[in-house]
Amino acid sequence: MNNRDQILKAVANGKPAPKPLSLPDWSSIAPPPDLLVSFEQFVQAVGGEVLFLDNTEALQQLISTEKASGGFIINRAGEGGVVDEVPDSPRLLESVKIAYIRGSIGVAENGAIWVDESAMGNRILPFICEQLVLVLRENELVADMHEAYRRVQINREGFGVFIAGPSKTADIEQSLVIGAHGPKGLTVVLLPAL
Amino acid sequence: MLTVGLFVPCYIDQFFPQVAIASLQLLEKLGCRVVVPTNQTCCGQPMANSGFAALAAGCDKNFIRNFAGLDFIVSPSGSCVLHVKEHLSDQHAPTEAARIRNQVYELTEFLTDILKVQALTASFPYKVGWHNSCHGQRGLHLSSMSELVAPDFSKPARLLQMVDGLELILPQRVDECCGFGGTFSVYEEAVSVKMGRDRIREHEANEVDCISGVDMSCLMHLQGILNRQGSRVRILHIAEILNARS
Amino acid sequence: MSAPIYPGKGADSSHARLAAIFNQDENRTNWHDQTLWWVRQKRDNAARQLPEWEQLRQWASDIKDHTLSNLDAYLVEFEKNALANGIKVHWATDAAAHNSILHEIIRTNGITRIVKSKSMLTEECHLNEYLLQQGIEVVDTDLGERIVQLRKEPPSHIVLPAIHLKKQEVSDTFHEYLGTEKGNNDPQYLTQAARIHLREKFMAADLAITGVNFAVAETGGFVVCTNEGNADMGAHAARIHVACMGIEKIIPKAEHLGLFTRLLARSATGQPVTTYTSHFHRPRAGRELHIIIVDNGRSRQLGREDFRNSLKCIRCAACFNTCPVYRRSGGHSYHTAVAGPIGSILNPNLDMKAHADLPFASTLCGSCTNVCPVKINIHEQLWKWRQVIAAEGLMEPSKKIGMRFMSRVLARPAIYRFAGSAARFIMRWFPFLLKNKSLNPWYKQRELPQAPKESFRDWYKKQRS
Repeated sequence: MNNRDQILKAVANGKPAPKPLSLPDWSSIAPPPDLLVSFEQFVQAVGGEVLFLDNTEALQQLISTEKASGGFIINRAGEGGVVDEVPDSPRLLESVKIAYIRGSIGVAENGAIWVDESAMGNRILPFICEQLVLVLRENELVADMHEAYRRVQINREGFGVFIAGPSKTADIEQSLVIGAHGPKGLTVVLLPAL
Repeated sequence: MLTVGLFVPCYIDQFFPQVAIASLQLLEKLGCRVVVPTNQTCCGQPMANSGFAALAAGCDKNFIRNFAGLDFIVSPSGSCVLHVKEHLSDQHAPTEAARIRNQVYELTEFLTDILKVQALTASFPYKVGWHNSCHGQRGLHLSSMSELVAPDFSKPARLLQMVDGLELILPQRVDECCGFGGTFSVYEEAVSVKMGRDRIREHEANEVDCISGVDMSCLMHLQGILNRQGSRVRILHIAEILNARS
Repeated sequence: MSAPIYPGKGADSSHARLAAIFNQDENRTNWHDQTLWWVRQKRDNAARQLPEWEQLRQWASDIKDHTLSNLDAYLVEFEKNALANGIKVHWATDAAAHNSILHEIIRTNGITRIVKSKSMLTEECHLNEYLLQQGIEVVDTDLGERIVQLRKEPPSHIVLPAIHLKKQEVSDTFHEYLGTEKGNNDPQYLTQAARIHLREKFMAADLAITGVNFAVAETGGFVVCTNEGNADMGAHAARIHVACMGIEKIIPKAEHLGLFTRLLARSATGQPVTTYTSHFHRPRAGRELHIIIVDNGRSRQLGREDFRNSLKCIRCAACFNTCPVYRRSGGHSYHTAVAGPIGSILNPNLDMKAHADLPFASTLCGSCTNVCPVKINIHEQLWKWRQVIAAEGLMEPSKKIGMRFMSRVLARPAIYRFAGSAARFIMRWFPFLLKNKSLNPWYKQRELPQAPKESFRDWYKKQRS
């Protein structure tokens, strides 16, 4: 018997009598009273910052100013103007200073933002850049992870990720250090609801 | 009048008779008729917790012989009560064993839930550092637990608040284990003593006069360390405080 | 396969002995205890922000119970969907099979540079040691894991692998291996040095190994949670990504992730969610994505009625941080890949004889059970393992003889009374017999109780008859 069948047989022999699965009633969980307030508070708590912009022009202005300063900037957010192609090789992305990426939803209970692979252009982009900017609209906030998983189809694309704050570690004596392997900073740009 | 069988754990019988005496007097003061079966020995916990539950059969039999037919069995030890509640068995007397498992109470639990005590005549004008014993707390739910998101309560603390002059002081780590753990106290001597010392350090920083709890076994361990350190802090079982004369 | 060497491991490598060695440095023990207690407090604060916390634990427990009761079907469903996603699925009955599957992938693809993010399963399988014997080096990329790897130590904690080390020690290690300034102990500086060192490893890697936090049967994909972003850096940079998972990592549906991601980070570190919760479903064009599904004793544990629900574990380590024994004995005292209370109920299943001491490394205080986000009755299983270990004859004979003697005395009231009065007599009149620090561990750092003249029974008989 191959490994697979051996394992499945051993599991079938070992497992207890079937226990039914009753799907929990997620709706019994109270949402945060104000999604926006909670979201902003948690983005800060996980080490990020929120930047409220009045319109897409303001974002475009921001990006073009950054680009003019000469650093390697990649914009992937449609609201930010021209969407840049992303090279395939990670080596070429090592020096990305800022990446602007469109998130699809933000979670009020923890500050996490869902990002689809197609929004990244290259899966490694949100991890390899020095500073990450995620762009959302205020009407794209959900209460909690239960609602988030109702809204996000996790297998629609080959890869997708919830990002909450910049990369961090506390592996040395529990001292929090921002910027472990990934971005050293995360800014969430919040545009008004459409 | 309720008839209560007083279950006196073996080490209390031999080394801390004052705790059993206080429990007896307290229950009588509160209007119970107290029966003390004189052939009781041990609940069998030391064997069972060491992996030899099978060797506790003799203790179980003897326990059932002593306490059969009693409506309430009360003991000044959360740990021993929990053991009886969870593990007492006798294949020749399964019904009686099940009945006893159901009817055995730790002292403060009995005072709170069955006697529904609302007032005491005790007086104890001292600072008392409270030690939550794990088996009483997490096993018998004598009080809320710091790990759970649930309302605060404490059956022993509620009783202590009825004692005149008593100032109750909780350590910051309100329900950390003292490190006794039965045979753990000798097989894992180093960690056991360290845990005990850490509990004591908090109580001493709070300048308590005594440390009290529902389990004399935890307190015996803490007392051993206190005495070795030459501390002025005393150890008293809660029964002794609730029975302290005005 | 060779297991890593645990500090102080020798003829007697029991938890009790290793913990006693750990406790010789009391300041350090205090520091270790306080550091982990702080993590426990962060967990408490995070849990208390959710009024529904206990309900979430119950739901998570129910879903895991259900999944285990139907695990074979869910594994098949997961495999089918993963294959359809273009993932290569491998099955390994044990650690050796797991290691050789990885070795084969490495060999056939001519791989030389490998990075690995945290995977307790690969620790359990001693993958790094196995591959080293084949001349293949794996670079651990989690900062804590890289620190202990450079020091040739095993991790001491499943979430915080280097929690036993002080920053001075990390600084010395980095000075030696990464050329950092001697004596610069600043965590910020040291982390930056590791970032530069590991960035190069990520960029060069051909193959990345990751663990799996959750595998979703319904979608045939898996989720990896990190704070550092190291799993993603490796997986997205390398040509081949191999994810290693135990069979118990399966959850039925995507919507269940909401529950488990809410519980995991809060229980582990008190964060509201991990920085990165990455969902892998299909390889990028031109790349490979593999999953190795490993049993290694898990199906046997599933068959043990008393212990099967240990397989619900999501590896948050909340039970480590709350355990008063773990905090004061350090992870290495458990001489296993997974230490702490959960390790003490998982490891006897893997090798009962080698881990017979672990279920006794506990006071059965029950705090572990209370913090467990999936409601594993850890302390009750510790008690039950003690019974199994005693029944299998795996305890020191002296303990058994002592217990047998004790049980005979305690089962006979007259003998008990005689023994009790004899003990009190000796304690009162010949205390030096017991006051021997080498023969009586109690007396080493504790006084004996004052033996009273009469027992309660004696008093009662006098007073009341």
